[in-house]
Amino acid sequence: MPAAGFVLEKRKQGEALKKAFEINRAEITDMIKDSGLKGRGGAGFPTGLKMYLCGAAADTIKYVVCNADEGEPGTFKDRVILETVPEKVFEGMAITAYVIGAKEGIVYLRGEYEYLKAGLENTLNGMRKNNLLGEKILGADFDFDIRIALGAGAYVCGEETALIESLEGKRGEAKNKPPFPVSSGLFCHPTLVSNVETFCNIPHIVTGGAQWFKNIGSEKSAGTKLVSVSGDVKKPGVYEIPFGMKVKDLLKLVEAENTKAVDIGGASGIVIPESQFDREISFEDIPTGGSVIVFDKTRKMIDVMENFMEFFLDESCGQCTPCREGTKYFVDAVEKIKNGKITDQELKNLRDISNCMKLTSKCGLGQSSTNAFISILDNFKKELLS
Amino acid sequence: MDIYINGKKCKAVQGETILEVAGKNGVRIPTLCYHSDLCLAGNCRICVVDVDGARTLQTACTAMASNGMKIWTNTPRVIKARKMNIQLLLGSHFGECYTCPRNNNCELLKLAEEYGIEELPFPKKGKRTGALEITPSITRDPDKCIMCGRCVRTCEELQGVHAVKPVGRSSDIHIGTFFDQGLMHTSCTMCGQCINRCPTGALYETSCVQPVWDALADPDKYVVVQTAPAVRAALGEEFGMEPGSRVTGKMVAGLRRLGFNKIFDTQFTADLTIIEEGTEFLTRLKRTLVNKEKGLLPMTTSCSPGWIKYIEHFYPELLTHVSTCKSPQQMFGPLAKTYFAEKEGINPAKMITVSIMPCVAKKYEAERPEMNASGYKDVDYVLTTRELAKMMKMAGLDLKDMPVEEYDNPFGISTGAAVIFGATGGVMEAALRTVYEIVTGREIPFKNLDITPVRGMEDVKEAEVTIEGVKEEYKFLEGAKVKVAVAHSLSAAKKVMDKVRSGEAEYHFIEIMACPGGCLGGGGQPIPTSPEIRKARARAIYEEDESMTIRKSHENPAIKKLYEDFLEKPNSHKAHELLHTHYLKRKRFDKVK
Ligand code: SF4
Ligand code: SF4
Ligand code: SF4
Ligand code: SF4
Ligand code: FES
Repeated sequence: MPAAGFVLEKRKQGEALKKAFEINRAEITDMIKDSGLKGRGGAGFPTGLKMYLCGAAADTIKYVVCNADEGEPGTFKDRVILETVPEKVFEGMAITAYVIGAKEGIVYLRGEYEYLKAGLENTLNGMRKNNLLGEKILGADFDFDIRIALGAGAYVCGEETALIESLEGKRGEAKNKPPFPVSSGLFCHPTLVSNVETFCNIPHIVTGGAQWFKNIGSEKSAGTKLVSVSGDVKKPGVYEIPFGMKVKDLLKLVEAENTKAVDIGGASGIVIPESQFDREISFEDIPTGGSVIVFDKTRKMIDVMENFMEFFLDESCGQCTPCREGTKYFVDAVEKIKNGKITDQELKNLRDISNCMKLTSKCGLGQSSTNAFISILDNFKKELLS
Repeated sequence: MDIYINGKKCKAVQGETILEVAGKNGVRIPTLCYHSDLCLAGNCRICVVDVDGARTLQTACTAMASNGMKIWTNTPRVIKARKMNIQLLLGSHFGECYTCPRNNNCELLKLAEEYGIEELPFPKKGKRTGALEITPSITRDPDKCIMCGRCVRTCEELQGVHAVKPVGRSSDIHIGTFFDQGLMHTSCTMCGQCINRCPTGALYETSCVQPVWDALADPDKYVVVQTAPAVRAALGEEFGMEPGSRVTGKMVAGLRRLGFNKIFDTQFTADLTIIEEGTEFLTRLKRTLVNKEKGLLPMTTSCSPGWIKYIEHFYPELLTHVSTCKSPQQMFGPLAKTYFAEKEGINPAKMITVSIMPCVAKKYEAERPEMNASGYKDVDYVLTTRELAKMMKMAGLDLKDMPVEEYDNPFGISTGAAVIFGATGGVMEAALRTVYEIVTGREIPFKNLDITPVRGMEDVKEAEVTIEGVKEEYKFLEGAKVKVAVAHSLSAAKKVMDKVRSGEAEYHFIEIMACPGGCLGGGGQPIPTSPEIRKARARAIYEEDESMTIRKSHENPAIKKLYEDFLEKPNSHKAHELLHTHYLKRKRFDKVK
């Protein structure tokens, strides 16, 4: 692991929270803003700005929600965080709550991670005992507690508005934005939703300072990123890398050999060939919520394609036209490509559908669900269409 | 604030959507899932527009205007995306427009035409699964559903019934009922409001057109027809007339040409309802005020079968509050097959009673097993306003060209009080006109008899009438302040009934109609519907009331004669047998099999 690693390291509990109480709320917001921290779930929205917007919303009830619905195929880094340093996530949530003025935090835990719940409750109890949660936290005029809610296995609930719907007990489907959750979220109250890893970074920034954080990573992507590496590598697992690391260096690190293609960003990400392994993992080049899947030369790209498109055929929530209807054609197209029966006109039509889905789908799922198909088609044309 | 639509500066206020601002400025943006009665869904993605600075296209129906916003409604990528979304919808839609009940006003078909869809990017996926669901009122054809969710929003927001919901995900998604057991196993009220808002042929009334043709063709059958008040205020729309056109006489002429033996008016039994229900109300008042009995007040009206099914499912413990009077439709049926049949010497077994209703719940009502007081099925067939229009068109009749003709006697005589049954507040107004006069011997002190506090489109209306100078037999009512409430749409009914249940309500009399605007906004009325259209129909109804010479039910001479000849007196034993009914306690949904 490179020297930058800190996200998975234990640290003194409550230290950052205490420091937060010493400086004022606006300063912490500025600090997070200045640090350049962006959402680690994949979309990369500036966390400081989110804090500012949610803090500025006028309401006596606000919520902090931790998105632990890690559902992107190939990611398991949030699970590792929750297994090793959950207290940092909770502390990050508490600091956020303090800044925006929330009293209640909720961890939306992926249904498949139910087995983590007991451990997490334990940690929460420990923190309550140490007055890091509950009333008058560390003697400050600040009450905050966290509860855990279980998801029910829908990929789309990783999308923040769908997650909120699900928390409200409704069908998990994306809502129209605006209004954004920061102004009207859970039960119509301002709600700050962030990823597990994002919250985990916050205590470090509060004690280490914005500049320290900014020094790590690339120009527009500060800090480190946890990536879950799987597939044809000798050392699969969760790695913490500084933003800006080249794909080829990551491949070296995980001891990948004979690599033909890398999927970055999971099912909604893109698949690149060897000629692009010089590219960087960062918000400015190839962003990822954490998934890196490596394919060696024995793999057929059509299988990769099929896998991803079938995934979306299952996971589209089905409420909006382009995503619900469009996805079907890509699954059919895979079949046609397999049989060597696809025509140029059909490929053109598929691109048109893909563009329509990107431009008009209601949420990120539909906007990105053809990424894999199109990137595989572009990057492995010869193999696919021969 | 100012926004720019296609380069033109437009005024906008905070909270307005792009669609609203565009509409005000004469810029048309196509929509599909949007409906002016419903909350915003933003799921069809047809109304997309380009907004400077936005990465993706924005849906005009949901995106709020913000100061300085620059919007382009017709860029090449907008047109292309809209067209593609229409194509995608068509691709999985089972289209057979030539046999579709909505081919005259299908919004999907219209969009396909507007965007010049000549082919689809891929062969159609939509196939006939044959999964029609047929209830007495509503037919659902999921193969034609495009998942716009309007029916779901109608059922949830407008009606508070939640009978239909999206079920499943992705390509499996469909509009489902509780465990997909079908509407008849849920608390669906059969109101049909979902039909009026469905943009396609996925929802329509279960048709009775063919059996009515058969009856008309049968020389052995004597076919009488009754027409509900609200039909005359809307039927014209089916023939391209403006909403709010009054077509009473033309409709009568059309019906006569279709071959009905007698053209009668449900307004006759609406007047009768007022006498029966008014008398019942006075009895309930007396038993409550004098005998101190409980559970009788407030009394609610019972003429809306959607409302009846709703209270049976949702407030079964309050059923004693519902007037025992049948709806005017169901009072008409048994009277036709007894009183009228006897009078005319017609064998009731050979009589067919047809009703023309603005409602689809009336179809269900006519099928209720208790509705055979005459010894026969009281009402044989119920046609909606739309179905009547269809029959007239089939017969080559254009309503616009019809002469103005009169109803037949005796059931064609009615009053202004009866016509307003078609609008929310109308039953209450009609009842008050009569009850006040019965009790005091004087006309109700409202200018021109217009009881304006119960009129209008507010979802719950309240009024109070102080009763003074009563006749001897109503001494117990001297000085009483009678409090009334009027609610239309079932979500409004819920507001009122929750108060009744909690004991918070102090009402004596409540009128509830299941549909927004009352019957004039019924599930069998011409499509489309909107607040403006319903207002126009209401205007027509109140104009019709103004135009009538008799405007109080108790002054209807045919009703007086009916009591003299046949029923003896209001709430008599015979009246109870024929004109009153009982209700059923129902569950919210059936057990899953
Ligand atoms: S894009 Fe897909 S997942 Fe998102 S709202 Fe539309 S149908 Fe649902
Ligand atoms: S719903 Fe519309 S497009 Fe579909 S068959 Fe009916 S008329 Fe045609
Ligand atoms: S008929 Fe009325 S109650 Fe039944 S599903 Fe339609 S809107 Fe809901
Ligand atoms: S049944 Fe009609 S209103 Fe309901 S979702 Fe389908 S198309 Fe829309
Ligand atoms: S009309 Fe705007 S998304 Fe359907």
